[in-house]
Amino acid sequence: MIAEIGLFALILALLLAVAQGTLPLVGAARGDVALMAVGRSAAYGQLLFLGIAYAMLTYAFVTDDFSIAYVANHSNSLLPIQYKFSGVWGGHEGSLLLWVLILGFWSAAVATFSRSLPREVLARVLGVMGLIAIGFIGFTVFTSSPFERLLPAAMEGRDLNPMLQDPGLIIHPPMLYMGYVGFSVAFAFAIAALIGGRLDAAWARWSRPWTAVAWAFLTVGIGLGSWWAYYVLGWGGWWFWDPVENASFMPWLMGTALLHSLAVTEKRGSFKNWTVMLAILTFSLVLLAAFLVRSGVLTSVHAFAVDPERGVYLLAFMGIVVASSLTLFAWRAGKVGLGGSFGLVSRESALLTNNVLLAVSGAAVLLGTLYPLFLDAFGLGKISVGPPYFEAVFLPLMLPLLLLLGFGPRLRWKQDSPTEQLWRLRWIFAASFVFGMIWPLFVGTWSFMAGIGAFLGLWIAGSALKDLVERIRPRPESQQSIGTRVRRLGRSYVGMQSAHLGVALVVVGITFVLGYDDERDVRMVVGETVEVGGYGFRLEALEEVQGPNFTADQATVVVYKNGERMTTLTPQMRQYFSQEQPMAQTSLHRGIFRDLYVNMGEELPGNAWVMRVYYKPYMNWVWAGVILMGLGGFLSASDRRYRVRVRREEELPVDRADQDPATVTG
Amino acid sequence: MKLRFVLPLVAFFALVGLLWVGLSLDPRALPSPLIGREAPSFDLPELRDPETRFTSAEMLGKPALFNVWASWCVTCRQEHPMLAELRRSGVPVYGLNYKDTRSDALRFLARFGDPYDAIGFDESGMVGIDWGVYATPETFLMDRHGMIRFKHIGMITPDIIEQKILPLYRQLEMES
Amino acid sequence: MSRNRILATCIVGWAALFLTGPVLAQSGPTAPPSEPMVFATEEQEASYQQLVRELRCTVCQNQNLIESNAPLAADLRRQISVMIKDGAQTDEVVEYMVARYGDFVLFRPPKNATTYLLWYGPGALMIIGLTLLGLILWRRRSQVTTDPLSVEEQQRLRRLLDDDEKGSS
Repeated sequence: MIAEIGLFALILALLLAVAQGTLPLVGAARGDVALMAVGRSAAYGQLLFLGIAYAMLTYAFVTDDFSIAYVANHSNSLLPIQYKFSGVWGGHEGSLLLWVLILGFWSAAVATFSRSLPREVLARVLGVMGLIAIGFIGFTVFTSSPFERLLPAAMEGRDLNPMLQDPGLIIHPPMLYMGYVGFSVAFAFAIAALIGGRLDAAWARWSRPWTAVAWAFLTVGIGLGSWWAYYVLGWGGWWFWDPVENASFMPWLMGTALLHSLAVTEKRGSFKNWTVMLAILTFSLVLLAAFLVRSGVLTSVHAFAVDPERGVYLLAFMGIVVASSLTLFAWRAGKVGLGGSFGLVSRESALLTNNVLLAVSGAAVLLGTLYPLFLDAFGLGKISVGPPYFEAVFLPLMLPLLLLLGFGPRLRWKQDSPTEQLWRLRWIFAASFVFGMIWPLFVGTWSFMAGIGAFLGLWIAGSALKDLVERIRPRPESQQSIGTRVRRLGRSYVGMQSAHLGVALVVVGITFVLGYDDERDVRMVVGETVEVGGYGFRLEALEEVQGPNFTADQATVVVYKNGERMTTLTPQMRQYFSQEQPMAQTSLHRGIFRDLYVNMGEELPGNAWVMRVYYKPYMNWVWAGVILMGLGGFLSASDRRYRVRVRREEELPVDRADQDPATVTG
Repeated sequence: MKLRFVLPLVAFFALVGLLWVGLSLDPRALPSPLIGREAPSFDLPELRDPETRFTSAEMLGKPALFNVWASWCVTCRQEHPMLAELRRSGVPVYGLNYKDTRSDALRFLARFGDPYDAIGFDESGMVGIDWGVYATPETFLMDRHGMIRFKHIGMITPDIIEQKILPLYRQLEMES
Repeated sequence: MSRNRILATCIVGWAALFLTGPVLAQSGPTAPPSEPMVFATEEQEASYQQLVRELRCTVCQNQNLIESNAPLAADLRRQISVMIKDGAQTDEVVEYMVARYGDFVLFRPPKNATTYLLWYGPGALMIIGLTLLGLILWRRRSQVTTDPLSVEEQQRLRRLLDDDEKGSS
């Protein structure tokens, strides 16, 4: 029964999506208020039924209903309860159900929080989201239903892949999907604006908080995935430039560009075409990601089960969505006005430069990801494009962007004097360069590249902090206390600086962990000590331990620093009952300036084990930076100006002084 | 409608076309760089008779099939009757027993039959590496001069025998 | 390779692979466990570490030789370490691998006619992008006065503009 209720609810959700994707759009075109109003109810109804479908699948997992093929393939009666909940998205079908549930959630969120939008705009936005929902729910129902029965029912489930039995994997996919799917809101706003023919500051203001939230989720989601890979895969890597990772990174890069471009469109009314284009591109890359992950076109460590039918469906869906939006763009874009003008050196040009650099970086990732496919399609041979390529090509593209990042946020809108700003930042620049070049000496052998990385991190952080200090420092002409000044900064501003500081941390972290990590594969017997990164690792004991659904060989490794006992690590080699192959469980000691990381390799004759011992300097700076970036996104989305009831667009302040006479009349 | 606004659309269609073609490609199928080259030489103990050696030179003089297999490889078991079939069609079939134990391999042959003219016992897998083996079973077809002309990865099916191996073998027989 | 090692060359999709894919040489049960590599010099150690990271394991989904637990990857690691201990240079090892498995094993694709676009495309794109950007900004530059206006000036301008519009309409 459970599976049938779930499937039925899913089909009802699909029907509601059809209603949501058509009626409000027709209503908006005809000015029919009743039809437009359908959008909101349909969105809520859709969320309800998707919720029911999702609850049914979860129930089936929790109650070990192995008559459902998906549950039988991804669960086991011995699976700990938290992994039964997360096992729901442990495979293609279930993760797709999570995807559509989140899409329903975003739709309902738009319906709730955008009540004050003009009726036509809201109807169009919900209509577009309905169309997207048709595509994805249809995909689930027609090609990938998680409710398919298994006849006869399995006696026992095949268990969730042990790699996925991890807390990191409980939260990573929901976060990632919140990000991916969240960009559909920005996309829907862009398409609604194109249909309505009104691309203006109001449109940018409405879609900006949604974009910021989606971006923040995607940032955290990608970060969590990386964090998970770091300690689960057990060889110290955390970013592999794997096609699936690139697939999530491309929308992130484009979403970052979109976020910055929206700032200009909101504040200054410029770059409207470009901003719309970015919104379309970002969501197109989300669709591309779904295609790449689920079609099996590229080999990846993370890819889902391969099924050409699914690939064809997703490709067709992506083709329809993107082709129609680009056609709409080509048709409507020309009609959009120029917007406020600005000078060669101004906040606008800095943001535009940021956009160009991010777009080029995104294109580079796309090129590297699809190039093997491209050569193969033309019969020009099989190649692999991996980390050495991306490190050689992508990282240099980041240099100008990071240099600009210390400078751009301080520029004034419209026009600024480059010499004045450079002069003001001269000490920050000089100090970050000097300290950046010295910093690597404290980590290991000096290298120029590490110095550059440290310099860029310091430069971004220094410039951001200087700006912050200047804003909250008491001034003689003002009576405001520091507290008042801090409160008056605005969450948008604090969010921006938080995200930029996050970038600084990530840059420093990546620089040092790439440059100075140390690793040893050693044969060890009990009582032996190995030295890595200035720490002594002594194997104290080997024993067998029992887990809920596995047994394990466990090593007790005591870590010494300068002869003193510092911590004890207990890596395991687990044998899950349901799996043929054992799986290593890493043990980590995290610290501000380094992680120590021990993993069991294989058993050797003579009661010895291969132990993999890693020293990863500054690893946690990367995670901290990602958290700051995510936090920045959420903060700026919660800025006061987005929370106050959005005034009707005619009432939005239009700063006439910003409009250059030439553009107003011309 | 300005041209520059249409360009993204054009680029996108090119991308979709590429992905469409990509759907029908197998990203895991690897062409061997050895095709058209001389087969790597080896000198291995013969599996069934440890005292004698089996060298790559023995496969010269006539077109020959060289099959990489192991007793732990499930597909090899399924493929095995095909090799006997080829042997019956007059194709010399040589084997490379890849990363196996002698006792397991001999048991495998006793149970499923032995179509091989000679089998090299590659316990360490080093000869396998020289031949670019990465998945068992793998099958090579060489001409009389020891030039590799064809490689198939995975199970040989009747279709592959009919459409690829036998026609090519007949053609190689004609070549002088 | 040793049974004691996780086979998971593939993370999420591995079960599916077993159902549908070709049976790959990843379950050969006889190879001895690989001993950790010990090198005579730091250079040898460094080139070994670089090679096993930049060479792709052909049986795996998308992993380099150091990440992979596949038996073939272990064999290749051993072979590479033997070659390096015998004094082979990095490019000799790369040549050895390419001769057997093709360019596919190189995570750093070779630079040749088919890959110029890959290697130089992003750089060219950046130059084109920044040039276009410069042109656009240069063209728009004339629309703005060279010096930023002070607050007083802006207010005056606003008054003037307002008056101007009233006057003209």
